[in-house]
Amino acid sequence: MRRTIPLLIASLTGFAMIAAFFVKPAQPLTQLVEKWFTILSAVAFLTAGTSLLLHHLKKIAAQHAGWGYSAVTLIAFLVTVGVGLLKVGVPISPQFPNHPWAGSYQEEGSAFWWLYVYVMLPITSTLFSLLAFYVASAAFRAFRAKNTEAMLLLATAFLILLGRQAGEASGDTWTLWGTVQTVLGVSSGTVKDVIMQAGQRAIMIGIALGVAATSLRILLGLDRSYLGAD
Amino acid sequence: MYVRPIAGLKVIDEAVGRSTEMGRPMLFIPGIMDLDQIETVAGLTVMSQIAKKAAEYDTPLEVPTARVLVMSAAREMCQAAALAAGRPETYDSDRINYITDDQFGYVAHVVGWMVREKPAACFFLGKFFAESLILAETGQSVGAIQVGGTAEAAQLPFFVAACDYALIGEELFAASAYLSGEPQQLGTVQGQDWGKFLAIGLIVIGCLLATAVSLTSDETLAAVLHALKDQILSTGGGE
Repeated sequence: MRRTIPLLIASLTGFAMIAAFFVKPAQPLTQLVEKWFTILSAVAFLTAGTSLLLHHLKKIAAQHAGWGYSAVTLIAFLVTVGVGLLKVGVPISPQFPNHPWAGSYQEEGSAFWWLYVYVMLPITSTLFSLLAFYVASAAFRAFRAKNTEAMLLLATAFLILLGRQAGEASGDTWTLWGTVQTVLGVSSGTVKDVIMQAGQRAIMIGIALGVAATSLRILLGLDRSYLGAD
Repeated sequence: MYVRPIAGLKVIDEAVGRSTEMGRPMLFIPGIMDLDQIETVAGLTVMSQIAKKAAEYDTPLEVPTARVLVMSAAREMCQAAALAAGRPETYDSDRINYITDDQFGYVAHVVGWMVREKPAACFFLGKFFAESLILAETGQSVGAIQVGGTAEAAQLPFFVAACDYALIGEELFAASAYLSGEPQQLGTVQGQDWGKFLAIGLIVIGCLLATAVSLTSDETLAAVLHALKDQILSTGGGE
């Protein structure tokens, strides 16, 4: 019973969504189900907050390795929730000047806004910028010419790299350098638009078929592992 | 029923065995999106098979999640896997946690954990974006055996470059059926292959038709090509 009812709900909703895609009068059903999912996700935030608090409190209490990070996480979490809920530093709304809490918590100048712009954004940008170093180290390993396939990959990468540079630089097509630029530009364009595009489309067709097969397995109840134990 | 072998899945036993021998945990990342994404569901179903093997060998499996609904589903699945393995005592809900919805906040946690705990095996199966390479490269740097898989075409090259095995697109969706070994589920994998044959056939017919139309300007052939291209394959509006 514990798996049957959720399975029935999943199957009925899934098939209803498929029907709604093809039958125009049933299309508002899609929006309705999307609303249900949004409501469920919103309720799930309470579970998320509780889970986060419990997990980090346990780590701090047991003084597990890295418990200091948990303390920082908890402080950051509580401060952010606090300044957001209490609308700390929120500018007075011009519409309701007599109500100091009427402004939006995200308004420029509020403590929440300050935390986002001066703490969250720089940290996120720093982490994202690390990607450049990871790309370099991955490329170094991937492009080592250790076998025929790796050599082909290296040659293609080199061609694309040069082709991109040739495309950026403006040159006289009648000189030797201009001809080389044109050839490089055309070659790299062909690799990207023909060979790569064909490969990507093949992968996309495979993915579409895979999505259809997986969806059917789930909707027909062949794969019930996502429902847990009976 | 013959189903072509998928190298990335054959290595799961090896990865669990390696982790057990080394006495180190395993890491499973089901992507950073919610349960409404089919890739997340596909990743989780593979996780349940890995969790079963992990329970058999009593090897810890860490599953940090970026969505709380994914955490709830993962906990249920790991508990069921431990029960199915006959080792319910190995299930530890503290190893399956919600971290944060924020992409790079999640990455910071996972990368920090990887550097501190040095997992022997890492599985990245689900929907990934820019974080794919950061996670996979960190796993590589700590010497973990890695399996990555996603249907995000832009992230696949990163997994191919940084992971030992990559499940490319459709293989991620075939994985759970392949691992289950059940004939009904394996049938859908064969269905995928037949679908590909159909797609290949349609491409060949389309190419031949388009060539014939451009050479002969035959109106009947042009109408057939139009029906195939603009009505059957179009997403609407005859474009």
